[in-house]
Amino acid sequence: MVELILFWVFALLAVGGAFGVVVHPNPAKSALLLVLTFFALAGEYVLLMAHFIAIVHVAVYAGAIMVLFLFVIMLLNVPEETRTSRLWGIMRYAGFSLAIILFAEIGYFGFKGFQTAYVQETDLGTVERIGQALFSKYVLPFEIASILLLVAMLGALYLSKRKLEIVGDGKAAPAGKKAEEVLVEE
Amino acid sequence: MLSQYLPVLIVLAFALVVAGAILFLSHVVSPRIKDAVKQQVYESGINPQMDARLRYPIRFYVVAMMFVLFDIEVIFMYPWAVVYNQFLSQGAFIFWEMVVFLGILFAGYLYLWKRGAFQWE
Repeated sequence: MVELILFWVFALLAVGGAFGVVVHPNPAKSALLLVLTFFALAGEYVLLMAHFIAIVHVAVYAGAIMVLFLFVIMLLNVPEETRTSRLWGIMRYAGFSLAIILFAEIGYFGFKGFQTAYVQETDLGTVERIGQALFSKYVLPFEIASILLLVAMLGALYLSKRKLEIVGDGKAAPAGKKAEEVLVEE
Repeated sequence: MLSQYLPVLIVLAFALVVAGAILFLSHVVSPRIKDAVKQQVYESGINPQMDARLRYPIRFYVVAMMFVLFDIEVIFMYPWAVVYNQFLSQGAFIFWEMVVFLGILFAGYLYLWKRGAFQWE
């Protein structure tokens, strides 16, 4: 019973927050509403016995990813939006009919799911069980994750470096010279 | 199992109550005088010259990006630390797993350092 009440509280917070993200004219405030949505979803994960996912959701999504979002908003200096009607002609009808189909689908499958879904008391989602699986059966994907992070690091570096010089006629780096050497540092 | 989360829920409730009470009280108690001087942006007595919302340089974004990457790295250490003792009884494999993981990322870190990613250019 308590679970059910908590589920509805978190569900309303998540959907309300997500709705706020979309409709709020101020981008910085919509980013903060997204934090609320993430926290509510973390609560739902706990109710689904996915404890590790819940913690990761708060630490990585509500923490790190949101910092990134806020930085992008500040980076682009997005002004507060003013509402203008940009729906016209056939687009309006196409959009409405697609939205109706989408909501009908979500409603149908959601209703079907609600009838059968229940969560057993399980320890599958605890940090301990995740760790046991990650460091025995899934050790290769775990190590590959580090390479993925490495690639992301280099990508961030190359995308954001200010002094990027194109060598030669700008078609390709000359032979024997790796692309990274094209990068000129101060 | 879920009852273990009761302290978290209590902390959340406390945070909401305290933050809400402070906002509510300052809304009720604080005097509101609206004139040209009071409405002005306070900047240590210096008159503001332009809009406060400047475009941020992209170097802030790099810092944030690095933070995200190393944050994810640390998240992986969390389940590792929990099962470490358990696995250690079956040999040092668990230790070397993390050494390889951190080694790859540390190589990337050194490369970034050498490339001057942490330089404030």
